[in-house]
Amino acid sequence: MAGGRIMTERKPPGRVAYINARLLDPATGLDAPGAVLTDGEIVMDVGPGLFQGGVPALVEVVDCKGACLAPGLVDMRVQLREPGEEHKETLRTGGEAAVAGGVTSMVCLPNTDPVIDDVAAVEFVARRARLIGLAKVYPYAAATRGLAGADLAEIGMLKEAGALAFTDGVHAIGDALVMRRVLAYAATFDAMIVQHPEEPSLAKGRLMNEGEMATRLGLSGIPIAAEAIMLDRDMRLVELTGARYHAAHLSTGAGADIIRRAKARGLPVTSDTAPPYFALNELAVGDWRTFAKLSPPLRSEEDRRAIVAAIVDGTIDVIASDHAPQDQDSKRQPFAQAAFGGVGLETLLPVTLELFHNGHLTLLQAIERLTWAPARLLGLAAGRLKAGASADLVVFDPDRAWKIDPEAHFHSKSKNSPFDGRPVQGKVLRTVVDGRCVYLGDG
Amino acid sequence: MPEPRFPRRHLLGIEGLGPDEITTLLDLADIYVEVNRKGDRKGNTLLGRTIINLFFENSTRTRTSFELAGKRLGADMINMQVSASSVTKGETLIDTAMTLNAMHIDALVVRHPDSGAVQLLAQKVNGSVINAGDGSNEHPTQALLDALTIRRRKGRLDGLTVAICGDVAHSRVARSNIHLLNTMGARVRVVAPRTLLPQAIERLGVEVFHDMRLGLADADIVMMLRLQNERMNGSYIPSIREYFRFFGLDNDKLKSAKPDALIMHPGPMNRGVEIDSDLADNVERSMILQQVEMGVAVRMACLDALMAGRNSNTGAE
Repeated sequence: MAGGRIMTERKPPGRVAYINARLLDPATGLDAPGAVLTDGEIVMDVGPGLFQGGVPALVEVVDCKGACLAPGLVDMRVQLREPGEEHKETLRTGGEAAVAGGVTSMVCLPNTDPVIDDVAAVEFVARRARLIGLAKVYPYAAATRGLAGADLAEIGMLKEAGALAFTDGVHAIGDALVMRRVLAYAATFDAMIVQHPEEPSLAKGRLMNEGEMATRLGLSGIPIAAEAIMLDRDMRLVELTGARYHAAHLSTGAGADIIRRAKARGLPVTSDTAPPYFALNELAVGDWRTFAKLSPPLRSEEDRRAIVAAIVDGTIDVIASDHAPQDQDSKRQPFAQAAFGGVGLETLLPVTLELFHNGHLTLLQAIERLTWAPARLLGLAAGRLKAGASADLVVFDPDRAWKIDPEAHFHSKSKNSPFDGRPVQGKVLRTVVDGRCVYLGDG
Repeated sequence: MPEPRFPRRHLLGIEGLGPDEITTLLDLADIYVEVNRKGDRKGNTLLGRTIINLFFENSTRTRTSFELAGKRLGADMINMQVSASSVTKGETLIDTAMTLNAMHIDALVVRHPDSGAVQLLAQKVNGSVINAGDGSNEHPTQALLDALTIRRRKGRLDGLTVAICGDVAHSRVARSNIHLLNTMGARVRVVAPRTLLPQAIERLGVEVFHDMRLGLADADIVMMLRLQNERMNGSYIPSIREYFRFFGLDNDKLKSAKPDALIMHPGPMNRGVEIDSDLADNVERSMILQQVEMGVAVRMACLDALMAGRNSNTGAE
């Protein structure tokens, strides 16, 4: 099968009726057959009873033929590499990968070159993405200047300029005093801090999960404790400062336990994970397979199961792609020298749907983790299927089987998927941004 | 000897002073304001007494203000500027105190970079000690001069809403003002980013705000604090421009306060950091120069109240 088509036509969207759809709106629990009417960039009406008397004239009709119609996915953790590393990904190729994956809004990390730590950089990303007109892009800004982990970034002005939250990206804020001040300063503006929860001194120069597998492969290990120590420390600092805190890509059961306890104590804490951490374990590293070199590292099967449990019980609020494009030169290396990370935009939906097909989540719950949950915690007006919302939609067949083949199908400039060759179920048929069809899947 | 008007030997802080004691000092200071505005300012209340300005931290205005106050009361004033860094603390501070005590000094006006250092020194001398600022703890004469400025302009302290804005965490001026204003029945707010507020500040009896417009709403007095240079660049706040944008006092933010709200600043000001230059120079609103004038009168009142009713230091307890 082919990879589907990116639609670049810029004619203004008219009125479109999506009929014969299975409507999914996690925010209201709606899961019923029905139809949706969009007018221009806005959803006009949603409902099981819509168009019972037929579709009026002058309305374009899209027959969903029983497929699911949900809010477009909101991916709260992607690296788009522009500006600075356009050989790995650009705002355009990243946007194409996003809409091919059903993602209509994404939040990008500030680890570009230059770093997104001033108002001009925030505005550059927003303006470029708007001109490209594919998925909507919202930037995180740096929590510390230059991502150096030392001096506060201009969180107040960056938030006003549109930064959704603040993070040092793929680096943890290691110094406890700096983190305390970052959290306290962010709390002044009710800004959220997103942490890569890994104690840097335990991870520096290390390659994969610590344990038997690493020992057999002769690779240095990052212990589970690296995640747990950082989260434990951060929970103390959250308690001290009252700041909103989000733990990115949880990978361990110990880490999930810390977040679970913090939530039970009422701390303003949320978390996400990415598909590799609930769908793969350290065995994927196999014979030094660099596409499985991720940060945090793939963990043990026991941890993978604990992450699934944490998604099910709501400890983990959100599933994000953790899209980290790397070019061939960065990955075709001895394991020690290869870059960390995997692309994820185009596999986010089908791999997440495994949780539905395996009976861990209902379909509506799985979609909630990808839409309404991230939108809600980021304060984004997205992730809803309701009248008045932006017409950002995805039509998908949750059952359609296909095999992940990055070289053949991916729109992302980089092909480094840890899911290369995996058979999955769930196919994006159509992606709509602001009422305009931006992606058409084959069939 | 008549009954002393102010039954204390030292003025180490505002905390612990009662409203009557504060009123006594302010009433006396009111008299000295008038004295200072006349041509002949030389009095003889403290004739023959010896006062040392003992400053372990750089100061121009406070030291000069105390020096003028002592001289106008007829006392002999000596300035000792000691670099705190060249002094090992603890024993040497006490040695200094004992040495000066042996010279029969009647009063020491002391500033020190460490909180509590002035109180320690006061335990070792027979004369009076006035705290001219200890670390981040207290600066009692600043709070008194601020109170005098407000009282003369507004006619009262009771019931006024005072917003103290800026680096509260490191400010002795803020602490002394909080104690004084609370004691006198004013409503005190602090407005600052969380990085510049000490833990549990609300336990001192203030309302806490992180937004200038909310914190200044219907305030009678807007009291700005100085932000030290070393705190401007990333450690406590990201940058000067961001600080001024959100916490610097300008016309726009001042609109939230009452139309007749007064602006105060203990000086020296950072124009364009914590305060807009136009506002600092606004003669209708800015009390900054009046504060300086009140400073001399308040310090005369303090020296008078502490020393005039008391025997000179003969070395005997």
